Amino acid sequence: MGIQRVFTRSLLPLVAAFGLVAASAPAAAWEPSKPVEFIIPAGTGGGADQMARLIQGIVAKHNLMKQPIVPVNKSGGAGAEGFLDVKSSKGDAHKIIITLSNLFTTPLATGVPFNWKDLTPVAMLSLDNFVLWVNADDPYKTPKEYLDAVKKAGANAYKMGGTGSKQEDQIITVAIEKAAGVKFIYIPYKGGGAVATQLVGKHVNSTVNNPIEAVAQWRAGKLRPLCVFDSQRMPYKNKVTDTMSWYDIPTCKEAGIPMDYVMLRGIFMPAGVPPEAVNFYIDLFNKVRATPEWKKFMEDGAFNQSFMIGKEYADWVAKAETLHRDLMKEAGFLAKP
Amino acid sequence: MEPGISQRSAELVVAALTLALGLTVVLASYRLGAGWASDGPQAGYFPFYTGLLICIGSVANIVMALLRAGREGRVLFVSWVSLRRVSTVLIPAALFIGAIHFVGIYVSAFFYIASFMILLGRYPVWKSVSVGLGVSVVLFFMFEVWFKVLLPKGAYNILSYFGH
Amino acid sequence: MEELNSLMHGFSVILTPYNLVLMFVGVFLGIIVGVLPGLGGANGVAILLPLTFAMPPTSGIVMLSCIYWGALFGGAITSILFNIPGEPWSVATTFDGYPMAQQGKAGEALTASFTASFFGALVAIIMITFVAPAVANFALRFGPPEFFAVYFLTFCSFIGMGKEPPFKILVAMMIGFALAAVGIDIVTGQLRMTFGFTELLRGFNFLIAVIGLFGIGEILLSMEEGLSFTGKTAKINMKIVLETWKKLPRFWGTALRSTVIGCWLGITPGGATPASFMAYGIAKRTSKDGAKFGTGQLEGVVAPEIANNSAGTSALLPMLALGIPGSPTAAVLLGGLLIWGLQPGPLLFVEQKDFVWGLIASMYLGNLAALILVLTCVPFFAAILKVPFSIIAPVIVVICAVGAFTVSNAMGDVWMMLMFGVVGYAFKKLDYPMAPMVLALVLGDQAESAFRQSMLMSQGDMRIFFSNTLVGSITALALFALFWPLIAMGIRRMRSAAA
Repeated sequence: MGIQRVFTRSLLPLVAAFGLVAASAPAAAWEPSKPVEFIIPAGTGGGADQMARLIQGIVAKHNLMKQPIVPVNKSGGAGAEGFLDVKSSKGDAHKIIITLSNLFTTPLATGVPFNWKDLTPVAMLSLDNFVLWVNADDPYKTPKEYLDAVKKAGANAYKMGGTGSKQEDQIITVAIEKAAGVKFIYIPYKGGGAVATQLVGKHVNSTVNNPIEAVAQWRAGKLRPLCVFDSQRMPYKNKVTDTMSWYDIPTCKEAGIPMDYVMLRGIFMPAGVPPEAVNFYIDLFNKVRATPEWKKFMEDGAFNQSFMIGKEYADWVAKAETLHRDLMKEAGFLAKP
Repeated sequence: MEPGISQRSAELVVAALTLALGLTVVLASYRLGAGWASDGPQAGYFPFYTGLLICIGSVANIVMALLRAGREGRVLFVSWVSLRRVSTVLIPAALFIGAIHFVGIYVSAFFYIASFMILLGRYPVWKSVSVGLGVSVVLFFMFEVWFKVLLPKGAYNILSYFGH
Repeated sequence: MEELNSLMHGFSVILTPYNLVLMFVGVFLGIIVGVLPGLGGANGVAILLPLTFAMPPTSGIVMLSCIYWGALFGGAITSILFNIPGEPWSVATTFDGYPMAQQGKAGEALTASFTASFFGALVAIIMITFVAPAVANFALRFGPPEFFAVYFLTFCSFIGMGKEPPFKILVAMMIGFALAAVGIDIVTGQLRMTFGFTELLRGFNFLIAVIGLFGIGEILLSMEEGLSFTGKTAKINMKIVLETWKKLPRFWGTALRSTVIGCWLGITPGGATPASFMAYGIAKRTSKDGAKFGTGQLEGVVAPEIANNSAGTSALLPMLALGIPGSPTAAVLLGGLLIWGLQPGPLLFVEQKDFVWGLIASMYLGNLAALILVLTCVPFFAAILKVPFSIIAPVIVVICAVGAFTVSNAMGDVWMMLMFGVVGYAFKKLDYPMAPMVLALVLGDQAESAFRQSMLMSQGDMRIFFSNTLVGSITALALFALFWPLIAMGIRRMRSAAA
């Protein structure tokens, strides 16, 4: 028994690493034989962390897997630590990672050597939206009114608050600047929740918070959404405030800002894992997506519920990478070689 | 006087090390850009000056150590006897941490505690083994079972024979 | 009194046997989490969060917040007994707590620490109960310049305290700042001083440094004197609790100041760690026994413990009322609220009365439960010191290693901890002060970010730190604290000249 265990344990990754599994593996379904490490390349309490722990909770509550999922935060170097850990765990089928846009932005901005091609794409769970918010006390009702005011005030008069530097929030800010011919002062903060309250306290003039980060302040009448940076409106028609639902927020394109941006919330695995393992996790996430808890979370956070696997997913990621490289190159965010 | 490392040489060595650290910081932050851009300090601005202050302080400490030497004579930093005692804790601790890489934290902790008690505490073997085993088992249940925190199991995971 | 009615309603919501059991389980787990260095409140709550997923939200938050109370109490235990702060906010507790334990007064120090913790938490809870929304809005006035001013005040209230050689203080403090700068720079997104090492990407964690400098360093020092760790004569009966209580009312002045500092820093997300340092610094300056601080003064244990618990507790207020986490643990609890489908924010108090008042009621009960639990254990904790060195030393090293690993799941951190242990040993023997180094390491990064964010906002204009009454008065207060030794000297000169 013991010997057999050691045998399968030490040999499987070896075989996988040589890419032989596809040819020789039996049709038997793969299943985790020990706890699965769920790497979060971000700190505790953030969006990726919330989603990962929700998944852990759902899997445990509905008994979707015999072994537990154990989330591990590896947030060092804007997530580089987590990605490098997965990169170096070739063939380890008991490790998955949830990504945010730092999958692209961190290597581009810091030069830390990793790329999504070092990982095995498993599934896109959803896309996170970005909304342009202003303080409700300000008179701006549409993006155009706001951007006209920014333009009129001249360069470096209005402040845009966002999470981190040279990451998604700043990339969007630069894209707005380019599309509307304006110039903001971008103030980087540590986390999205802090950014929303900085806007309520009028320390900045606008933010591009994710819906879930700012919804409470919106409902309380402290913030006003101007437009969403997706290519179509958010589909949720239940009223969030007395008068508006997520669906009532126009897209920025409709409002005359020709740009869109969404953030990947997807799952990857180390390279060289057997396809049976990938299929196991795809199946697992399909079950997670079917639970009422997941659906409620998606609606609360006004997520774009796109789900992709296989080649479709890989193609999407490749396209997103090119997009990030172009945007960051134009903004001058690429690491100096 | 008892033989050992003098206070003066220890002061000089530590101050030299902090000086080296300070220089590294200064150089690294200079490369990052240590200026004051139009919109405030650059990434290397603060580290540059902290590094500079480390250097200044270290040089001052070196000077002080040299000046003091004449007046206070040979004060001991640590005698060889004491240093040996210190290393009886430090070296096993390093071995314990090293062993984690190979056999994991639970097995390593067991051997470390048990052998420390037998060799240094001169406790009977049965007592030492049971304390070591007890600590390891409690840690195991606390982390792997209750908190679901995976601690390192090492490259040669002995616990895998028991299904973990 | 509408609040009282709501509170009573809250008690009726949570006073079920199920919730009471969860409360004690939570407090117990929290104490364990607090005692184990590295596995801090935020980690502990995050780890146990999914467990509560199957419970109703009110029960879930009762258990999680009780873990948090437990961690706030528990952090002091190892600080006092072994000089190992279980939590970052217990570092200041080691300054006088550990010397007390060394003198055989561990029971007294523990009792004072627990009682002070309870007192601090209680005041904060009463504040949350009666003045919640008004106070919460105060937090909104804090932007980057205000945060910088607060950090600056923390440094200034602590500076000029040491008796060590000034250049050594300088070097130690600056090393702290330099280590804090390692890793990603959030203002520019650049990596700083990582020299291409993966291990350095995450920077130097404060806890790793503290476990090494204080914990391992102390073991090395004790060993040098030849197994002197043995047989501390600690009184081990419950009478010590009553005896200590008799001494505590004397410190009402310090208690008051520490509570104000704690509540203030908890609400404006400054956090429990700066609060504990600032309270210790202020207590040392204002106490008539100030000069004896650091040698085992009861007052030096009371001040930081009141401050960190009142800060830790009042940090929940901006989280509930505004959705701003006042501490890392509050950030994780915030995530928990979202997972349960509750939206923290201004409407939570209106829409989720059961939940909010249940939580507030559980704060009273949870803290009481924690106090009872830890006080009954005082004799037990004190008795740990009687365990001979050759047993306790390897066990402490193992626990420190586990703690260092769990901070960010990396073996590199365990080696770093050992290295910091050697540094701690050498620094202590050569009279380099550790406190300024640790303070710089824990706050340096945030202070620098806040400063640079302010500079971005004002486009490089320093006058932003006097741009409104709030930031102006904090900055002025900080400058006053910084130059206080000079001012005091001037006053003395003038007096003696007049005489």
